[in-house]
Amino acid sequence: MPPSPSTPPRARPVYRNIHVLQILRYRLPLAGIVSILHRVSGALMFLLMPFAIWMFDASVTSEISHEAFTSAFAVGIGPFAGWFLKLVVLALIWAYLHHFIAGIRHLWMDATHAVSRQQGQLTAISTLVSSLALTALLGAKLFGLY
Amino acid sequence: MAVNHGSKRLVVGAHYGFRDWLGQRVTAVLMAIYTVVLLAQVLAPGELGYERWAGIFAAQWMKVLTFVVVVALLHHAWVGMRDIWMDYVKPVGLRLALQVFTLAWLIGCAGWAVQVLWRL
Repeated sequence: MPPSPSTPPRARPVYRNIHVLQILRYRLPLAGIVSILHRVSGALMFLLMPFAIWMFDASVTSEISHEAFTSAFAVGIGPFAGWFLKLVVLALIWAYLHHFIAGIRHLWMDATHAVSRQQGQLTAISTLVSSLALTALLGAKLFGLY
Repeated sequence: MAVNHGSKRLVVGAHYGFRDWLGQRVTAVLMAIYTVVLLAQVLAPGELGYERWAGIFAAQWMKVLTFVVVVALLHHAWVGMRDIWMDYVKPVGLRLALQVFTLAWLIGCAGWAVQVLWRL
């Protein structure tokens, strides 16, 4: 039976994307954590892009600028202390590693259609563990622990 | 050909958003390969002082490859940031402003990177 034009359409439930503020009180599965961190890491790298290019510029342009580049991380530059710059670089390292590994995971799922719940869970754990372990490894090098 | 603009624009079905989706993946693969290529040179034996570091990017093939990757990154980041704005920012004016800012930011960064690259 076709709906009569006089009855108003019933209010249908609307499912929108999760708002940023809702994420904080939303229980995400591990694959969901990997997914939102993929976004966060991408946005972080977008915002830090001028810093990354400054590092590229200073390190590669001349021996003098290279000297300024290395001393920035040793004794600081302008208002920024050396340890603070290292922390920013650490954030960049994590963002790159997470984005890279989560991206490979994405491409692999796209290519193989491996999208079962178990596989999603397993590859999400691998992504988080490997990206954090590599970040710790490179971070230790960055802060001169070895 | 069927009308596909204005109110008649087809916003569902095959290929809607496909180009962005594919472009983001192709650029991702390109950047991943570049990462390996760069890493192989950085991890080569010998001290990594200014000479060797700058030498990596001084090679013409590396300049061209780096340039391609910069353009790939520009597109990749644009698609990604646009997705973020479309998902979380509903007011049209604010979203437009953020998208314009994103483009200006990315093009500015790409210009700077290219300048550094070609004065080596």
